[in-house]
Amino acid sequence: MKIEVDGNSTYCYTNSRELDPEKESLVFVHGSGMDHTVWTLFCRHFARHGRNVIAVDLPGHGRSSGLPKQSIEDMSDWIVALLDTLHIDRAAVVGHSLGSLVALDCAARHPDKVRAIALVGTTSPMPVSDAILEAAAADDPAAFNMLTEYGYSKRHLYGGNSNPGMWMVGSTLRLFERSRPGVLHADMHACNNYKHGLDRASQVKCPVLVVMGDGDRLTPLRSAKELLAALPSPKLHVLPGSGHTLMTEAPNELLDALKEAL
Amino acid sequence: MTGPKYAGLDTLALHAGAQPDPATGARATPIYQSASFTFPDSDYAASLFNMERTGHVYSRLSNPTNAVLEERIAALEGGVGAIATASGQAALHLAITTLMGAGSHIVAASALYGGTHNLLAYTLPRFGIETTFVDTRDPEAFRAAIQDNTRLVFGETVGNPGLDVLDIPAVSAIAHKAKLPLMVDSTFTTPYLMQPLELGADLIVHSATKFLSGHGIVIGGLLVDGGKFDWDASGKFPTLSEPYAGFHNLVFTEEFGPAAFIARARKEGLRDFGACMSPTTAFHIMQGIETLGLRMQRHVENTREVVNFLQQQDTVASVAYPELDGHPDQALAAHLLPRGCGAVFSFELKGGRGAGIAFVDALNLFSHLANVGDAKSLVIHPASTTHHRMDEAALKAGGISAGTIRLSIGLEQVGDLIADLKQGLRAADKAAAAETAQ
Repeated sequence: MKIEVDGNSTYCYTNSRELDPEKESLVFVHGSGMDHTVWTLFCRHFARHGRNVIAVDLPGHGRSSGLPKQSIEDMSDWIVALLDTLHIDRAAVVGHSLGSLVALDCAARHPDKVRAIALVGTTSPMPVSDAILEAAAADDPAAFNMLTEYGYSKRHLYGGNSNPGMWMVGSTLRLFERSRPGVLHADMHACNNYKHGLDRASQVKCPVLVVMGDGDRLTPLRSAKELLAALPSPKLHVLPGSGHTLMTEAPNELLDALKEAL
Repeated sequence: MTGPKYAGLDTLALHAGAQPDPATGARATPIYQSASFTFPDSDYAASLFNMERTGHVYSRLSNPTNAVLEERIAALEGGVGAIATASGQAALHLAITTLMGAGSHIVAASALYGGTHNLLAYTLPRFGIETTFVDTRDPEAFRAAIQDNTRLVFGETVGNPGLDVLDIPAVSAIAHKAKLPLMVDSTFTTPYLMQPLELGADLIVHSATKFLSGHGIVIGGLLVDGGKFDWDASGKFPTLSEPYAGFHNLVFTEEFGPAAFIARARKEGLRDFGACMSPTTAFHIMQGIETLGLRMQRHVENTREVVNFLQQQDTVASVAYPELDGHPDQALAAHLLPRGCGAVFSFELKGGRGAGIAFVDALNLFSHLANVGDAKSLVIHPASTTHHRMDEAALKAGGISAGTIRLSIGLEQVGDLIADLKQGLRAADKAAAAETAQ
């Protein structure tokens, strides 16, 4: 569906269903340079099981117009504005990578709006290398290549997709290539500059699920130790053999983890 | 940032898509010769049918062995995904029927495999899909032939059998300006010799029967989606950008983004037309692909030597190979095909049809049959076999005459191939002399 949020046309994937205020709602937030399609399988499942599903295209991404938000806080405020526009009182927020920081910030600063969060491929702080930032600033495809290469476990760079016939690396690369100029840099910059993640984590009151791949090379499991320690009793799922792009690398295992927690 | 780069083509040819079998540890991809696959519970079954989970239901739709092959060719071509089909013709049919229906139009290069020409010129018009054939070497002719109802621009990377090289950068630019995709048949070149998606193509079909399989033992096709074409922006493809009643009003571009085309092709075309590949066939094709680079290198080396030999023979009127001086596509081939122009080419005997028949019948090492891309060398007379349904005008447009001989150069010792060709040429010479005497 398309709605107006902050004066901009905003796209949300809802599995072509009307949102029902009586149902529990799940908001899915994509990672840097991506769009709602990374969550299609998961949304289809939860929609069939009676949830409202709302997979957003953040401003400037995918089918949403407007300029990309410049900070994680701006993005989490935007999620709340979206929920208000949709007349949804509370929702669980599932986020991947950049989206996980948005979910975290949302839960910490808007606790009345968030009933649970799931952080997929996460860490905080989430520093971004100068090489990626510089390439993204120049809209150089090298940024897409670096993020795609490091976005998969070494094993999955050779494929082995459980989704028949789909080449994971190619699918991710094409999504990056579709992002508008400047969008990836804004996202990377927002991740790099989100300095209050651990403080925010300590403020979270709702249930937290963290799902990590043990082959993650962008947000390695070891780098998430401080975040896990700061969060209140997070439930941790580690998916073996997978990297950062868990929606593609281990979709069934990630769905099982989300189902259990949400 | 330093670190790993994408694996090279030869590495992907061996590894892409495959992981050691999790159940047995088998290193080779097993042949999952099973029609269907069990569901752990009813909800899991429902989630597979509703595209919530990944996995396999029924081997017409997907199969674990086929999936490795599909992922491998998608990796080698740099696409987002692929589908294995019963034949190359099935891949072409699947692509066309995914993109369009009755009332649509295709612009195709005239230099095509005879079976493809049959489909486009004679069979699809019965179903309301017309094709305009244009000069392969004239990109402007493609532009001029595009109509309001055109939905696809199509050609072979190098045309069969005259090796007309399709100017993919130029033709794709023309197609894209008209908001149309360019699909190429890359059977003759394989990903080793050309990367069509990097040059501007959007979709690729292969007859995997040929060089990909490489040993002439199976029939199979592959359809690759590059994932770059913007179907929504085009506005010409309701099968991809509008609700599909056959799957709960799913909009493929909305749910699958860059993979919209290949998702629709699997969920509709493979499901409903059913031209799937046998998993045993997929296994054989993967075995071939493992050595694709080595084989193509040798195919090209042998071909260059044979071409050089034939050029020096008095009984040979002309040799059509794009690396040769005087070939109209020499410069284009040097740009698009730096590793070589493949191992299939044609030549003209001075003696015409009688000499051609004598030549083919006299060969011993070359097998006279209707195929190309085998490890073994092959020969055929197109005018009386693969292209026999074409009239003289269509043959001429396709660069074929009554005396055209097509060779597919294999991996034998090249000296043995040349020795066989020598005695074939002697027979051709005698036949020509006898015809002249009469």
